[in-house]
Amino acid sequence: MGVGITVEHLNAFYGKTQALFDINIVVQANHATALIGPSGCGKSTFIRCLNRMHETIPDTRVEGSVRIGDLSVYNGTSATQLRRRVGMVFQKPNPFPTMSIYDNVAAGLKLNGFGNRKQLDEIVQKSLHSSALWDEVKDSLHKKSGASLSGGQQQRLCIARALAVQPEVLLMDEPCSALDPISTGKIEELIFQLKEQYTIVIVTHNMQQAARVAEFTGFFLLGKMIEFDKTEKIFTNPSDKRTEDYVTGRFG
Amino acid sequence: MRTRFQQQMEDLREKLLRMGGLAELAVDRATQAYTQRDLTRCQLVLENESLINAAEREIDEMAFDILATQQPAAVDLRFILAVTKINADLERVGDQAVNIAERVMDLIELPAVELPVDIGRMATAVSAMVRRALESFVEGKAELAQAVLEMDHVVDRMRDEAFITLVRKMNEEPQVTQQALDALLVARNLERVADHATNISEDVIFWVLGADVRHHAHAASASPRPERTEP
Repeated sequence: MGVGITVEHLNAFYGKTQALFDINIVVQANHATALIGPSGCGKSTFIRCLNRMHETIPDTRVEGSVRIGDLSVYNGTSATQLRRRVGMVFQKPNPFPTMSIYDNVAAGLKLNGFGNRKQLDEIVQKSLHSSALWDEVKDSLHKKSGASLSGGQQQRLCIARALAVQPEVLLMDEPCSALDPISTGKIEELIFQLKEQYTIVIVTHNMQQAARVAEFTGFFLLGKMIEFDKTEKIFTNPSDKRTEDYVTGRFG
Repeated sequence: MRTRFQQQMEDLREKLLRMGGLAELAVDRATQAYTQRDLTRCQLVLENESLINAAEREIDEMAFDILATQQPAAVDLRFILAVTKINADLERVGDQAVNIAERVMDLIELPAVELPVDIGRMATAVSAMVRRALESFVEGKAELAQAVLEMDHVVDRMRDEAFITLVRKMNEEPQVTQQALDALLVARNLERVADHATNISEDVIFWVLGADVRHHAHAASASPRPERTEP
């Protein structure tokens, strides 16, 4: 099951440049939450703070508190421990190119020392089912490499890979921006099904996508979260003029 | 800025205003036709009707096109929804004007009689409601629209009074029943025009404030709105 995320007074820096300013947000468990905003507004930085990816860039720093369920992200939790509970899918599908489809999905578990072959088979199958890819790849699990799949299939493979370690939270950073509308539709359908079991946070430039898949939407601008509310409210009657200007395209 | 989109929204707004002008003119002509027993004005109302119907279709198509291609959101989405509903109301205003004109064409055949009802006064109030509802749309001002909602009660009372006095007249002087009945039906047509003006005002409030004030819900219950941006 998914768990909630509580972020309090989060500030993030790249060297001396502050990228996020005092972000406070409660993400509800088993819901999809979308983050929207113009390029450079901090939404990707924010999502990368949730699984400590931000600190993988040299000279970066994070202040404030992030709790994922009962886990305190910046207080005594190792990044490895955290990422087992928080999966991530990126903008560009990034399967391990030389690995088979099976090995791509099993990679996380194998890295964690998981050796039971029978259980591994079951988890790989279940993860591929969950990412709606099973029917398309079941006959070539070991024969084909991850890189031989189409872009949309690769992205669903990456989702299966993230799900295989049985996370509670799934972070998606523009997961459909490199996909055609059919593949995008499949991923969106998937998001809908996945939120029954996972908490999903999705960064998207496609506002209609946010409107379609997320129950809650946060609008970021210049490193600040301007408005956070039910998606319906953000897209029909936002409270802040800046949100309205952005969702109506009056911006820039 | 989405220049083409803004232009489409502006075109839609102008088109609806032109249609509003036609509907307003139709009501004025129809009531003048009644008070002055003027056949020419009746004919003008009937001719005007096809222009209103054509405008209604055109506005629907424009709104449909914007919805399909531009995915408007927030204030823009509310604007388009409001325009399509106002469009339907204006077309119905045109229909009511036609009903009045057709009634006048019948009653011109009958002798003129003195009736205890001031249709002219009622028409003035109703025309003012239509005009102000359209003004509230032009200005994007919820306060103007709210004032129209309050005027509706006045017109309702005029209609109720007309019913009472005209039914009494019919009982007392059965020979003028036909004329009294015509006046009563014209009063009802005018009251319906006022209802459409009320609907238009409610749609303007929805567009501007994002608040649903239909069926006696109150605008004050709506959340505070960011300042409105011109479409």
